[in-house]
Amino acid sequence: MRLFQSIIPASVLMALLTACGGGESNVESGNRDGFLHYGNGAEPQGLDPHVVTGVPENHIIRALFEGLAVKNPITLEPEPGVAERWDISDDGTVYTFYINPEAKWSNGEPMTASDYVWSWNRALHPDTGSLYAYMLYPIVNSEAYSKREITDFDQVGVKALDDLTLQVTLNAPTPYFLQLMDHYSSFAVHPETLLKHGKMTDRFTPWTRVGNIVSNGAFTLDEWSLNRRIIIKKSEHYWDRDNVALNGVYFYPTENVVSEERMFRAEQLHYTQVVPLDKIPEYRKQGNTSYVQAAYLGTYYYLVNTDRPPVDNVLVRRALSYALDRDTLTRTVLQETAIPAYSITPPDTLGYNPPKLFDYDPAKARELLAEAGYPNGEGWPGLEIIYNTQEAHRKIAVAIQQMWKKELNIDVTISNQEWKVYLNSVSQRDFQVARRGWIGDYVDANNFLDLFITDGGNNNTGYASDEFDDIILNLAPKAKSRDERYGLFYKAETMMMNEMPIIPIYTYTSKHLVHPSVEGIYPNLMDSLNLKYVKLHPGRSLYGEAN
Amino acid sequence: MLRFIFWRLLQAIPVIFVVITATFFLVRSAPGGPFDSEKAVLPEVKRALEAQYKLDLPLHEQYIAYLGDLSNGDLGPSFKYPGRSVNEILGSGLPVTAELGLYALSFALLIGVLAGVFAALRPNTRQDYIPMGMAMIGICMPSFLLGPLLVLIFGIYLDWLPIAGWGDLPGDKILPSITLGSAYAAYIARLSRAGMLEILSQDYIRTARAKGLPEWRVVIQHALRGGLIPVIAFLGPAFAGLLAGSFVVETIFQIPGLGRFYVQAAFNRDYTMILGTTVFLSTLIVFFNLISDVIAAWLNPRLRAQFKGGA
Repeated sequence: MRLFQSIIPASVLMALLTACGGGESNVESGNRDGFLHYGNGAEPQGLDPHVVTGVPENHIIRALFEGLAVKNPITLEPEPGVAERWDISDDGTVYTFYINPEAKWSNGEPMTASDYVWSWNRALHPDTGSLYAYMLYPIVNSEAYSKREITDFDQVGVKALDDLTLQVTLNAPTPYFLQLMDHYSSFAVHPETLLKHGKMTDRFTPWTRVGNIVSNGAFTLDEWSLNRRIIIKKSEHYWDRDNVALNGVYFYPTENVVSEERMFRAEQLHYTQVVPLDKIPEYRKQGNTSYVQAAYLGTYYYLVNTDRPPVDNVLVRRALSYALDRDTLTRTVLQETAIPAYSITPPDTLGYNPPKLFDYDPAKARELLAEAGYPNGEGWPGLEIIYNTQEAHRKIAVAIQQMWKKELNIDVTISNQEWKVYLNSVSQRDFQVARRGWIGDYVDANNFLDLFITDGGNNNTGYASDEFDDIILNLAPKAKSRDERYGLFYKAETMMMNEMPIIPIYTYTSKHLVHPSVEGIYPNLMDSLNLKYVKLHPGRSLYGEAN
Repeated sequence: MLRFIFWRLLQAIPVIFVVITATFFLVRSAPGGPFDSEKAVLPEVKRALEAQYKLDLPLHEQYIAYLGDLSNGDLGPSFKYPGRSVNEILGSGLPVTAELGLYALSFALLIGVLAGVFAALRPNTRQDYIPMGMAMIGICMPSFLLGPLLVLIFGIYLDWLPIAGWGDLPGDKILPSITLGSAYAAYIARLSRAGMLEILSQDYIRTARAKGLPEWRVVIQHALRGGLIPVIAFLGPAFAGLLAGSFVVETIFQIPGLGRFYVQAAFNRDYTMILGTTVFLSTLIVFFNLISDVIAAWLNPRLRAQFKGGA
C-alpha cells in the first residue's frame, strides 16, 4: 500500500508539470545568446580525428579542429587555415606549408610543424587502424609505412623544416591534395594530450573527453552528454576568433528524421540534417521557404556482378540500363530531390563532366535483350536486386522492378537485407544486382573512378581492365595539365561505362531545413559547412517576425 | 522468506550464464562484423582493429577472456564508440531510461488503477464499458502512433509542451512518459478491474458493507489491498519491460536512454555492447520478477503464511 501511496504524489507532480512548458524556444534563446541549435543526425562514434569515420563526426570535428588549408564555403577552393600560405614546387610534388604563428592549441600553446609530423605518423601507423589512412597515401612512402612494409617514419615524405615550416613530398602531382588538408583524417592532434592518456596508437583512451581534449579550431568542447547533446563554445585561442560570430553550437543526435522535422517546426532546431521526403512538397509550396536543396557529390547506383548470369552478359547489363526511365523515377518516387545519373562521376565535379553514353530507350533495350538471347523476356532465368533495409531503397527497387517488367517483360525479385548482412553480401560478391551509393571524400573524379580498379576493395563488380587501371594509376597522376588529366578520366570512364559494371541511377542532393534567422550556411557540392562563418539574426521567426 | 529469496537468486545464476553464452556465440555467428563499413576496409587496417579488440584470438579464448572481464564487472570497450566502455554507456543511459520508466509506470498506475476500480464498482454497465473500451484502445495503440499524435496535438497545434529532448526544456518529460505509460495503464486497468471484481464478491467485503461502512472505505481500506495483487505481480516484469522496450519512445522523443543503444548495438554488430545490454537487462528482469513475487507474497496473507511455515 505504501508503494501505491508514494506513486500518487509522483503522478500529481507530473500532472502539475503539464501546466508549465511552452516557454522560450531553443531558437529564441539561441538567437539571443548566439548559440546555434543543430540537428546532427546521429550520436558521433567519437571525436578522435584519426579513429572515427562518418558525417555527424565530421561536423563536430571540423568545428573543434582546423586543417592546414580549409575549403571556402562558397567556391570550395582552398584558403588558409592553420597554414597562412603554401608553396607548391613546379613539378607539383613538393608542398611547403607556412604555419600561421598565431595558430594556437586551445590550451594556448603554439602549433608547430612537428605536431603535424607526429599526427600523420599516428594517422598512418598500422596499429592505429585509421580507416581513412589512405587519404594520406599521395605522400611518398606513406602507403608502405601504413602497410608495415617500412617501419621508419623518417622515410615518409613529411618533414618539419623548422617550427613553422612543414614540407610534404608527394609521389606524383595530386591536384586535390590541398582539399585533403581539410579532411579530418589529416588534422593535427596535440601530442602531449594524447600521450597523457595512453600510447600514440591507442584508439580508446579518454583524450577527447570534456576537460581532456585540446584542439585547434574555432570552437572548444564544452559538454558531451551521450546521445543527448554536444555543446561547443567559441575558442579564446583560435587565430581568427574575431571573425567567429557564434558563441557556440548545440549538436543533437537527431536520428529520427520525422522527429527532427517536427523539432524544426517547433523551433527547437535552427538546422536539420535531412528532410523527410513526404514533407518536401509542403515546404516547397511555402514562399520564402526554409527548405534548401543542392547538388551533392554522390552517386546512387546498382552494382552488377559481372560473373553471375544473366548479368555476366554485357548486352543484358546495357538492356537493363536503357530500360530505366531515370527522369520519371527522380520526378515521382524521389520528388525531384535527385538528378538522373548516367555515369559514376557526378556532373561538374570541379569542371569535369562524365560521358553520357546512353539514354532512356526502351526499343533499344528490347533489341539488346533479344540479342542476348531473351527476346521479349523469353527464357529469362530471373534476377534478384538486393538492398539494405530502408523504405527509400525499397521504393526505388519496386519502381525499377516495374520498369523492367513493363519494358523488357522480365521478372525481377527484390529482397532487403539488414545493413551488415548486406555489406557482407556485397563484399563477398554474393549478389546479382546490389544497391550502392558512393559519396566523394574530395571533389575530384579520381575519387569515383578509382573505385573500379581491378580487385579494388570497393569495386565488387568483377570489372577488370588493365588499360583502365593504367590510366587511373599511372597516366592521370602524371598528366601535365588539367585538360589532359580530365581527358584521360573521360577516356577511362567511357571504357568502364561501355562495359556497364554498374547501372547509375541518380546523383544525390543535400536537403536541409534552415531557420530564417541563420545566415552563412551556403549550399555546396560537398554539403560542407564551416560553422565559423555562421551568424544568427534575432527577431526572425519561422512564423513571421518574432516579438 | 529469506530462504525463498536465496533459492530464487541461486536459480538465476544458471539462467544468466546461459543467456551470456548463447548471446556470445549467436552474435558472432551473425553475418558481417563490427568493422565492416560501406567503404572497403584495408586488410591491414582490419587486422590492426581486430588485434586491438582481441578479435584475432580463437573464439573460445575470446569467450574465456570475456567471462574473466565480466567477473570483474568489466563489460569491455564498445566497438562502435571507440573511447567508451560499455559500462560507461549503460551507466549514462540507465538513469534516463529508469526515470522515464518510473514516470511512465506512475502514470500507468494512477490512470490504470483508477479506471479499473471505477469499472469494477459497476460491472457490465456504462461505467464499466467506457473505461474498459478505452483500455482496449490503449493496448492496441502502438507507441509509434500515439507518440507522434500527442506531439502533434500538444507540441505543435497547442504549443503547450516541448516535442523532444529530456531535461532540456521544462515539461519535456511529460509526453514521452504518457506515451510509454499508456499501454501499461490499459493493462493495469484490466488487471485491477479483474482483481477488484473477485475481491468485491468475497464474504469479508459483504461483512464490511453489512456493518454499514461507506462504499469508499470498503473499497480503499478493504478491497484495494487484495484487489491489486494481480497488478503488483505485473509491476516487476512491467518495469523490466519498460527498461528494455522504451526504444521506440526514446527514438521519437530523442531521449538519451538505453533503448536506442540496445537496438542499435545489434545493427552495428557491436559485440560487447550487445552482450553488455543483454546481460544487464536479463539480470534486471530476473531481479524485478523476484521483487514482484516477494511483494505479492507479502501482500497475500495466504502466501505469507506458507512462507512462515517454511515452504
